[in-house]
Amino acid sequence: MTLVAPAPSTSPKRLVDHFETGLNSPICLTWELTYACNLSCVHCLSASGRRDPRELTTDECKAVIDELQRMKVFYVNIGGGEPTVRSDFWEIVDYATSHDVGVKFSTNGVRITEEIATRLAANDYVDIQISLDGATAEVNDAIRGAGSFDLAMRALDRLSSAGMTRLKLSVVCTRTNIGQLDEFKAIADRYGAQLRLTRLRPAGRGADVWNELHPTQDQQRELYEWLVRHGENVLTGDSFFHLSALGESLPGLNLCGAGRVVCLIDPIGDVYACPFAIHEEFLAGSIRDAGFGAVWRESELFAKLRAPQSGGACRSCAFFDTCKGGCMAAKFFTGLPLDGPDPECVRGFGEEALARADRVRPKPSVDRSHRTSPPRPRGGSRPVPLTLQRVRPAAPPVSACEESPVAEYVASLKGGR
Amino acid sequence: MSELTLESSLRLHPRVSVRPEPFGALLYHFGTRQLSFLKSPQLLAVVEACGTEPTVADALRVARVAESEFPLYLRALQTLRASHMLVEEAA
Repeated sequence: MTLVAPAPSTSPKRLVDHFETGLNSPICLTWELTYACNLSCVHCLSASGRRDPRELTTDECKAVIDELQRMKVFYVNIGGGEPTVRSDFWEIVDYATSHDVGVKFSTNGVRITEEIATRLAANDYVDIQISLDGATAEVNDAIRGAGSFDLAMRALDRLSSAGMTRLKLSVVCTRTNIGQLDEFKAIADRYGAQLRLTRLRPAGRGADVWNELHPTQDQQRELYEWLVRHGENVLTGDSFFHLSALGESLPGLNLCGAGRVVCLIDPIGDVYACPFAIHEEFLAGSIRDAGFGAVWRESELFAKLRAPQSGGACRSCAFFDTCKGGCMAAKFFTGLPLDGPDPECVRGFGEEALARADRVRPKPSVDRSHRTSPPRPRGGSRPVPLTLQRVRPAAPPVSACEESPVAEYVASLKGGR
Repeated sequence: MSELTLESSLRLHPRVSVRPEPFGALLYHFGTRQLSFLKSPQLLAVVEACGTEPTVADALRVARVAESEFPLYLRALQTLRASHMLVEEAA
């Protein structure tokens, strides 16, 4: 990113001040193409699993791309769910890249065959992010599910062998993987990929595990120092501007871009202000009404987000200028006031706010989790959502009392999901 | 890279897309994946004029830049050339 200013005296506003009042089109648009997913990651922002039957059709997706081309949205960040499980996924990618809309998509690697890898490597308008949340199978699979580490490594291997150079390794930083940052970097380097670290947000299923998985204060400092050491060689998607209060600002815009420079289109065409806040509170409209541009330009929610923010309790903080009170989504989903400190405020004000008794966490407005998900390790004494499966015909008959749900569970894990 | 002068001839890189914005413009280079922000509408006018005018000096005049500000704009154009947003054409 370069800022080019010919005459500072005539532009007293900083660039971020302009961004706060909104742009003609988003800079960074996230598009979740489907809620369907082959995995059930414990921290999934969009609580994905099952496909929504109202999903945008191929033609509707192409109409969105036509509009993005007209609005000069240079690229879209496609995710999900697992976007590649849509049968028209490659068609949508090709349509976008032949209409001046670059594609950066995130995948767990499930559909990256050698043939697909070769095809992707040849398309100069495509960037790929492979998600990995542990530098070892043990750490990764506890979050993303059994077999997911091998899936990701296989995809990295195939893409890199096919000559794909625009490759990223995308890691959500958690309490269990902060100690592996150097190992993540080594994996990325091995495949010629760029490392991208982002913040664990308490959205979707992430709200269930945030308490146990979000980095401790000491780990936040460790992460911050690691990021400062690696500078612009490591991407962060501007995730960590709340850490700026630990010292110098990190590279990036350092601003909450919700509704100003970023937004999200979900699989059914609903537009949300922020990629981390798929909740009716942040719903700006639907592309099915009058198109994406109309929502971006005319949504009342976006107008509100582009108006000057008060800063509330954080206004008097010496670091307000760089931290801006942190992440709106993180506050919302932990039940904190939006004009107060971030739950992970490095000065500890978030912890104080979290400890207050009157905090009410919002109910999720959507949940597409697999109803038959294998039970995941969750803290506390929650009931374990085990589902008994019917005996497969090939299995020898057993009496009801011999059928152990746990045995079935272990077997299905070994099945290499 | 040679020093940029008023006699240089600049063109937008063929893989760069320009999007006007209230503050000026956003430039995106599809090859390098870099974004640049032009922080004034007048700089956008200069960049656009570079595409039609034979020299930088002509572009600055077409965009109504005061001569006293030429050095500032030369520096801005130099930055855009260094990031390959603009490319120099042989005279």
